[in-house]
Amino acid sequence: MNVLPTPVLLAVDWWALGAVLALSAGILLLLLLEFFPAQARSNRSAIVALLTLAAAGWSVFHVRDAKREIFGGMFVHDGFTVFFTLLFCAAGALAVLLSWDYVKRTRINQAEYYALLLSATAGMIIMAASNDLITIFLGLELMSLALYVLVGFQRHHLESNEAALKYFLLGAFASGFLLYGIALLYGATGTTGLGQMAAVMIDSPMLGNPLFLLGGLLLIIGFGFKVSAVPFHMWTPDAYEGAPTSITAFMSVGAKAAGFAALLRVLMRAMGDVQADWIPILSGLAILTMTVGNITALLQNNLKRMLAYSSIAHAGYVLIAVVAGGRDGAASALFYLAIYAVMNLGAFGVLTLLGREREERVLISDLAGLGFRHPALGIALTLFMISLGGIPPTAGFMAKVYVFSAALNAGLVPLVIIGVLNSVVAIFYYLRVTVALYMEEPQGEPVYVSWATPGVIALIASVVLTLWWGIQANGLLAAAQRSVLGLL
Amino acid sequence: MIPLSWALILSAVVFVIGVIGVLIRRNAIVIFMSIELMLNAANLVFVAFSQHLRSIDGQVFVFFVMTVAAAEVAVGLAIIVNLFRLRETVMVDEVNLLKG
Amino acid sequence: MNLPLLWIIPALPIAAVALNLLVGDRLGRRGIAWLACGAVGLAFLAAVRAALTLAALPEGERQVVETAYTWMRVGDFSIQVAFLLDPLSTVMALVVTGVGFLIHVYSVGYMAHDPSYRRFFLYLNLFMFAMLTLVLADNLLLMFVGWEGVGLCSYLLIGFWYERPSAAEAGKKAFIVNRIGDFGVILGMLMLFTYGGSLQYERLFAMAPHVFALGGGLITGAMLLMFLGATGKSAQLPLYTWLPDAMEGPTPVSALIHAATMVTAGVYLVARCHVLFELAPVALQTVAVIGAATALFAATIGIAQNDIKRVLAYSTVSQLGYMFLACGVGAFGAAIFHLMTHAFFKALLFLGAGSVIHALSDEQDLRRMGGLASRLPWTHATMLTATLAISGIPPFAGFFSKDEILHGAFASGHHVIWLVGLIGAALTAFYMFRLYVLCFRGPSRVTPEAAHHLHESPPTMIVPLVVLAALSVVGGWVGLPLLAGGHPFERWLAPSVESAAGAHGEAAAHAMSAGGAWLLMALSVAVALAGIALAVRAYLQDPEIAGRLRERLRVVHAVVFHKYWVDEIYDALVVSPIYRLSRWLWRVWDVKVVDGTVNGVGFTFEGVSAVLRLFQTGFVGTYALIFTIGVAVLLYHFLRG
Repeated sequence: MNVLPTPVLLAVDWWALGAVLALSAGILLLLLLEFFPAQARSNRSAIVALLTLAAAGWSVFHVRDAKREIFGGMFVHDGFTVFFTLLFCAAGALAVLLSWDYVKRTRINQAEYYALLLSATAGMIIMAASNDLITIFLGLELMSLALYVLVGFQRHHLESNEAALKYFLLGAFASGFLLYGIALLYGATGTTGLGQMAAVMIDSPMLGNPLFLLGGLLLIIGFGFKVSAVPFHMWTPDAYEGAPTSITAFMSVGAKAAGFAALLRVLMRAMGDVQADWIPILSGLAILTMTVGNITALLQNNLKRMLAYSSIAHAGYVLIAVVAGGRDGAASALFYLAIYAVMNLGAFGVLTLLGREREERVLISDLAGLGFRHPALGIALTLFMISLGGIPPTAGFMAKVYVFSAALNAGLVPLVIIGVLNSVVAIFYYLRVTVALYMEEPQGEPVYVSWATPGVIALIASVVLTLWWGIQANGLLAAAQRSVLGLL
Repeated sequence: MIPLSWALILSAVVFVIGVIGVLIRRNAIVIFMSIELMLNAANLVFVAFSQHLRSIDGQVFVFFVMTVAAAEVAVGLAIIVNLFRLRETVMVDEVNLLKG
Repeated sequence: MNLPLLWIIPALPIAAVALNLLVGDRLGRRGIAWLACGAVGLAFLAAVRAALTLAALPEGERQVVETAYTWMRVGDFSIQVAFLLDPLSTVMALVVTGVGFLIHVYSVGYMAHDPSYRRFFLYLNLFMFAMLTLVLADNLLLMFVGWEGVGLCSYLLIGFWYERPSAAEAGKKAFIVNRIGDFGVILGMLMLFTYGGSLQYERLFAMAPHVFALGGGLITGAMLLMFLGATGKSAQLPLYTWLPDAMEGPTPVSALIHAATMVTAGVYLVARCHVLFELAPVALQTVAVIGAATALFAATIGIAQNDIKRVLAYSTVSQLGYMFLACGVGAFGAAIFHLMTHAFFKALLFLGAGSVIHALSDEQDLRRMGGLASRLPWTHATMLTATLAISGIPPFAGFFSKDEILHGAFASGHHVIWLVGLIGAALTAFYMFRLYVLCFRGPSRVTPEAAHHLHESPPTMIVPLVVLAALSVVGGWVGLPLLAGGHPFERWLAPSVESAAGAHGEAAAHAMSAGGAWLLMALSVAVALAGIALAVRAYLQDPEIAGRLRERLRVVHAVVFHKYWVDEIYDALVVSPIYRLSRWLWRVWDVKVVDGTVNGVGFTFEGVSAVLRLFQTGFVGTYALIFTIGVAVLLYHFLRG
């Protein structure tokens, strides 16, 4: 890789770690700044967090075409890493903007909140950039531990605490399976590096090795938990409902994308040979995930919970892309995740504006008539719902088109048919939101909208991207396709 | 020298005990301890393979796992303590506001 | 070559939407009206210009593709936002923009007092954009974008007066039924793409004969799925129930979307894909049978309706059935011809009905109308024109196109379907004249307060009526064999809708003697006249006859006794069974069976949903258990495999 011989001490290309370093510095700075008391309504922490994320994003963006492996190949900087790092930084930045006013309103301690948000982002980036099961595990735990706390951040709030407890217990339970899987893989191949595993497999095919297959299976279960694939999804609705809305927005996007990033890298780098073994399992998970997610969402009255089930269903669509595999399959997964991130953050973002102080107004009936009292908000939420439902000309439609076409090219006709059927069913519950917005009269006191400039900026950004990628998706598509080249 | 299979069987047994513990116990702290059992079962596999394969990676991994487990304890106990403060119970079957 | 700038046609209405969104609140009502109508008017001019450009080309080269940009490119699969100008899309674009423009102008008057004026024109322009995208698209995927777009606008406009629960409910129903159809279209498209390799019309149609066996299962399945979508959008059996309910929307919407343009999208789709349908004779046969059945069935139901708009709605379903019938027997040109004339006279009928409703202060019940001819002279004259046109009386437009269809059905050997169509034509004349008589003739049954406000509509509403009336008269004349070599309209369409199989159909048509053709024509006029006579007799003269009869009963006049008896028999044997059948079909089949099925699908999903929610108990233990069961199942799968 590096032609010139470099001194041992300088073997680490620090720039390739830029994003993680920037985030770590930001976290420390946030905590240190707390020694200098600020006013309760100060924007200091939010600004620091935003700048940190911008710096982290920039640090990978300006070297986006480079490729490096550092720490003995445990951590790679390649197109895949860059794509996901930018995705996480963007999602983090949008989440910060959405949190800006929300945390003040709900009297959440700001510095710790943002520090944990940045930690979770760092964990996600590490998951996506890791080329070794050890670092993947560390990244996953860094992300999860930060999210457990964030979910339960409203300490005095029974729901928030309950959500954290459930998320934590089940998350740790799933980590146990993941770790056991890693241990078995290590036993089967004698290494935890994905590259070395692939190399080992070339020498001695792992097709019949039960340790290897069992390990891989447990690994898929562990990641399946993070992306909330059915039947490992049970925590999702409860955690999403109980968490502060801004955190729900962030984790529904970030944690899922990180889980898929790790899953894709592991499957494509290390387990390409035994693909035939995974296809039936992942197909089954995809079908279950889409169907259970969509159907359970039909009868929800709480919008946060409905969107939680919707996010489960979307994980199912991405799983189709993972099953399709290859360049198009992986690229379509990335494409889908990026678009999903924008539209889902937007949808939850609208919710962060509803209600005053600590009041949570997230029932579908709370939206009644909102489309007329606040036309811009109504149009934005309608757009996100249309996009989540996959109706053209929004980005969500393009995402589904690409995933389904990749799956068709891979010959997965039944999976595509089930996917299409599911997206038809899904329209109904997305539509209910629109119906409430425009066709119902509010019962009782109409919901108060806490307008805040940063949140509005985040929403505008989401609206623009949702529309833009629906009309002109080529740029994102090309980026997704370039990004997966390193995996093949 | 202890055969590899013994260690693997032991770890599998410990892991299953952990899983069963999670499934049947109601006390959040006991559930949490059962999860720790699962993690330690995995550690056992690492160590056993490390020795069997004459590779140091497994041992290193165990250190990481122990560190992570410690962090997990910190977070987990904080959540459970907070639960106790709010509701004066740590029984998970008394905690189901969020459902459906 | 001088490019016709196709993209500008859909771009104009969407620009109006954007402007309306951005500065609509500062424009005022006049400004909004000018903006909305102006954009559509300009789009019409652009369409005319495109049509002239196309007409200037030699006959064999009348196909222009204009790529706006590449929407998405995945390897060798790329989706272009590209527009296709060929004779078929030209006709569609002209009809959509032309009729659309008139209806926009009409709406300015009709909606003048509505508080949601701006929202109305916003939706209407959005609809125009989607519809133009649908008809001008160069590939199935872009077509589908328009397809979904018109569905969404239809939903929004049906539920426009959302404060009425029935309107919101009707909008929802339209949406649900259309989703079932959309599912068919998506799957059909996926199949075509998977095996045909492209969604671009030209490439797909060129590839299709090589990859699909004639009458093979794949193409038959794909085309049946596409047709399922068409039945949803175009309100055919069994997915037609949403259309009568859709009359909850404002009347201009019914005219534009649910009569002239959107509901014909299914016919357009079948005509556009005729190359593929001809590869699947079974699918084509299905189209013919469904079309014929719908034509007859909906006409029967139309007889028993008392709401003026619902009569017209069932009439639309029935006329759409004729278009599908035509497609099914291979007379695609006739289908598009009827689509065009129908757009004229049905839009006119709805707008006229709107004018009546407007005049009567929102009265829609035919039983509380009557005798309006003298009070609403313009509306009456134009409505009569349209009624004659739809009944198929020469020289009005409907005669030519309907005759063309029946001729096509007979000439291609579909005698049963021809007969069904003929009966349908008689029924059409019957229920349309029933509507006409109940509305405009006879004694006035208007309620006093409505009579008090009774007034002819403003010029913005009358002018479109007159223009459409003129079109309903002359619109069919393009089908007159003025020149040697026949039918100018079909000659124009030929490059789009003709193919090897189509040519065979034409040959069969020519094989029929001129005398036979005249006979068929005379027959269809005769049944139409019979239908009219029956309607006039039953609804206009009957009361008077009955009155005279009562008088003469006292003098016991034997002949009148006889006459009375005949009327009774006629009533018992003909009118009342039809009427009762009609009511039964409506009450039982329509409301119970079809609605029940649609609702049943909903209930099933909701039931499953409720069961799945039970698993989400809120207990960590349950969650962990389900997790572990998942693990166990996967392990089992592994150990077994």
